[in-house]
Amino acid sequence: MAHDSVEIKPGVHLETATFEGKNKVMGFWMFLGAETVLFACLFGTYLALRNQTVNGPSGADLFDPVLVAVATAILLFSSLTSVFAMMAMNKLDKKGMLFWLGVTVLLGLSFLVLEIYEFIHYIHEGHTFMSSAFGSSFYALVGTHGAHVTFGIIWISTIMYQAWKWGINTETAPKLFVSSLYWHFIDVVWVFIFTLVYLLGMVG
Amino acid sequence: MGTLLIMIVFGLFFAAIFTGGYNNTLIQRARKTTAWDWLTSVDHKKIGVMYFMAGIFYFVVGGLEALFMRYQLLVPGNDAFVGRTFNELLTMHGTTMIFFAAMPLIFGLINVVMPLQIGARDVAFPFLNSLGFWLFFFGALLTNMGWIFGGAPDAGWTSYVQLALNEYSPGPGVDYYVLGLQIAGAGTTMSGINFLVTILNMRTKGMSLLRMPMFTWTSLITSVLIIFAMPPLTIALLLLMMDRLFGANFFDHVMGGSAVLWEHLFWIFGHPEVYIVVLPAFGIMSDIFSTFSKKKLFGYNSMVFATSLIGFLGFMVWVHHMFTVGLGPVSNSIFAIATMLIAIPTGIKVFNWLFTMWGGELTFPVAMKWAIGFIPTFVIGGMTGIMLAAPPADFQYQDSYFVVAHFHYVLIGGTVFALLAGAYYWWPKMFGKMLSERLGNWHFWLFFIGFHLTFFPQHFLGLFGMPRRVFTYEPNVGLEYINQVSTFGAILMGIGTIIFAWNMIQSFRSKKIAAADPWDGRSLEWATQTPVPFYNFAQLPEVRGVDAFWLEKQAGNKEMTPAEPLGKIHMPSGSHIPFLMSIALFVGGWGLIARSWQIGVMGLLAFGVTMFMRSFDRDHGFYVKPKELLDKEAKS
Repeated sequence: MAHDSVEIKPGVHLETATFEGKNKVMGFWMFLGAETVLFACLFGTYLALRNQTVNGPSGADLFDPVLVAVATAILLFSSLTSVFAMMAMNKLDKKGMLFWLGVTVLLGLSFLVLEIYEFIHYIHEGHTFMSSAFGSSFYALVGTHGAHVTFGIIWISTIMYQAWKWGINTETAPKLFVSSLYWHFIDVVWVFIFTLVYLLGMVG
Repeated sequence: MGTLLIMIVFGLFFAAIFTGGYNNTLIQRARKTTAWDWLTSVDHKKIGVMYFMAGIFYFVVGGLEALFMRYQLLVPGNDAFVGRTFNELLTMHGTTMIFFAAMPLIFGLINVVMPLQIGARDVAFPFLNSLGFWLFFFGALLTNMGWIFGGAPDAGWTSYVQLALNEYSPGPGVDYYVLGLQIAGAGTTMSGINFLVTILNMRTKGMSLLRMPMFTWTSLITSVLIIFAMPPLTIALLLLMMDRLFGANFFDHVMGGSAVLWEHLFWIFGHPEVYIVVLPAFGIMSDIFSTFSKKKLFGYNSMVFATSLIGFLGFMVWVHHMFTVGLGPVSNSIFAIATMLIAIPTGIKVFNWLFTMWGGELTFPVAMKWAIGFIPTFVIGGMTGIMLAAPPADFQYQDSYFVVAHFHYVLIGGTVFALLAGAYYWWPKMFGKMLSERLGNWHFWLFFIGFHLTFFPQHFLGLFGMPRRVFTYEPNVGLEYINQVSTFGAILMGIGTIIFAWNMIQSFRSKKIAAADPWDGRSLEWATQTPVPFYNFAQLPEVRGVDAFWLEKQAGNKEMTPAEPLGKIHMPSGSHIPFLMSIALFVGGWGLIARSWQIGVMGLLAFGVTMFMRSFDRDHGFYVKPKELLDKEAKS
C-alpha cells in the first residue's frame, strides 16, 4: 500500500501522494505546533524582561524603523517566492522551482546580513547579550529566530541540490513542501517579532 | 593541548565513519552481531523493549537513591549522607524517577503495544523513533555522569534559580542537569510527534477513533501534551544554560532578571508532565479492568472525554505550584478553582473503573491486583491534592513532607502501579514469556504494603512540621518513630523490587513460550502471534467495533478478518545514524559542561553532519514475504 507507484504528472500533489509523504506533512505540522510554543515562551520571557535595561540603552533608543521595515519586507517577499516555488513544483517545472527557491534563499541571506549588521550596531551602542536582562531576552528571541533562518537557508539549499539531482518525485516533493511550510512559519514568527519587539519597543 | 588532542581523535573518528572504517572486515563482522542489530533497529517492539529495560534500570538507580535518603533519615542527627551529598541524592532521585524511569517505561509500553492495538506494522517515523530512544539514552547517561565527574546536580529536580545559578551552585553539577535533560527532552518531543501521527494516520481499516482501546486513546492525549509541554522546558533549560555558561542575565535579579520567570516556565512544563506520566497509566488500568472483568469498559465515551478534559485542564493549573510566590489572591483563586476542576474528570474515571468491575466476571491475576490496589491509593493522592489546591491551606503545607506524601501517592500509586500492572499484563507480548504469578504476588504485596508504610506516615511528618529536602531533624520532637516506620516501608518496597528483578530473570531463562492470548484479551495486540513477527500482522486486520478481537471471538472466529490479501510487506531498514547523532550531541553536551567551547561546537557540527548523512541516505526499506505467504507458496 505504501509504495504503490504514483503517476507523476502535473497537478498531482506529490507531497502527499504516498503514505510516507502524508505522515511527513502531518508530523511537520505537529512539529510547528511545538515550535509555536517554543517561540511563545521566548516572547513571554522578552515581554517580562524588556524594561529591565539596567542603565543601558532601551528599545526606544536603539531600534531603527527603516532598517527593520526593510528586513521585514525582504522576509515577507521571500515567503511569496517560496509559494511560487511550490506552484512550480506542482506543475513539475523543475527549472522554475529551482529559480524561485534560489530567490527565496538569496532573500533569506540578505535578511540575515541585515540582522548581523543590526546586531553589530547594537553591540557598539552597549546593548549586548550580557549587558542586562533586556539584552539577554532580546538576543535570545531575535537570535533564535535568526538561527531558524540560518537553518532554513542551509536546509532549502540542500534540498534544492537533491531536487536538481534526483528530480521532483515522491521522495523530494514532501521535503520541498515541508521546508516551505517551515519557511512560512519563520516569516510568521518575524511578523510577531516586528510587532512585539520593534513597534512596541519604539513606543516605549 | 588536551583540547587539540581530543579534537584530533574526534576528527579521526569521523573520518573513519565516512570512509567506511579503516578495517572493513571488522565492520562487516560487527554488522552481524546482536548488539548491532539492536543498536540500529527501527522496529517499534525492539525500541520499546530498550526503553522499558532502560526505564527499569533507572527505576532501580532512583530507588537506591531513595533508600540512601531514608537511611539517612532513620535516626535524628545521622551523618551517613549529609549536606551536598543529600542534596545530590534528592535532586537525582526526582530527576531520575520522572525523566529516566517513568517516561521511558511509558514510552516502552506505548512503543510495543500501541501500534499493535491500532493494527499497524510500525510507527509513522521508525527512524525518529530510534533517534528519540538514543537521545533519551545518552541524555540520561550524561545527567548521571555527574556522579563520577565533578558532582551530580544538587539544586532539586525543579532546579529553582537563584539557587541553580553559578553563584550558589558552583561546579558542573547543574550543568549536567541542564544539558542532559535538554538532549533527553529533544528525544521526548520527537517521540510525542511520532506517536501522535502514528495514531492519527496508521490505524487499520475500521479502527475509527472511537473504537480505539483506552490505552491508545491516553497515548494520543499524552502525545499532544508532550508536544505542547516540552518546549517550555527546552526554553527554561536554554535560558539557564545561557545564564550559567554564557553570562546572560535572565535570572540574575541584580541585572534585571527574574527568578519567578524560571518557576513559570518550569511549571508550565512541569504540571502537564504530571499528566503525561499519569494519563497512559489510566489507559493501562482501563484495559486491565476491562479484560479481567470480561466486560466492555463502562462509559467508554465519557472516558475519552475525561481524558481529553484532563489534558486540557492540565495546562491551566501550573500556578498551584507557586501559591506562596505572592502572585496575588486573584491568580491564586483562579488557579485553585482550575485545579479543583480536574477532580471532576478524574472522578468520572474512577467511577467508570468501579462500574466496569460491577457485575463483571472478575479474575485476579497480579496485573489486576495492581489495578485494584491503584484505585484507593490514587484516590488518597487525589484527596490530598484537593487539600493542597486550597491556597490558604497550601501556605501551611508548602515544602513540607505533606507535599512529598501527596505526590508519591499519585506518582507511585498512579504511574508506578500502572506500569507494573502493564508489565505483568503485556510481558508475554513484549518478551514472549510469562512472568511468574507466585513471585508476582510476593512482589505486589510487599511493594503495596511497603508503599503505604513509607508514605502514609509522611502526611503526618509534614503536618508536624518536617520540611522536605532537609537531611536531618531534631530528636525528641516526635518525628523519630514516624521516620523509622517510613524507612521500614521503603525497605519492603526494595525487597519487592528485588523479587520483581528475580521474576524477570526467571522469565528470561525459561524456555516456555507464552500463549498468543493468555488473558483472553479484547484488543488487537492479542490477535498477533507470540513472539510477534517483526511485521506484526501478515494481513492487516479489519476492525468491526470497540474491543475488536473480543467481538470476533464472540462471533465464533478464531482470528481477525483480514482487510487485505496476503502479499509482500514493505518494512523500513535499520540505521546506525540515530546512534551517531546521539553520540555527537552527548560529546558536544559534555564539552559544554567541561566549559570547552571547541568540543561543544565540534559536537554540534558532528550532529549537523549526521543530519546530512540522513538526508542523503536513499534507503527506502525492503519488502518481505510473511511466513504465511511462504507456507502457501511452498504448498503450491
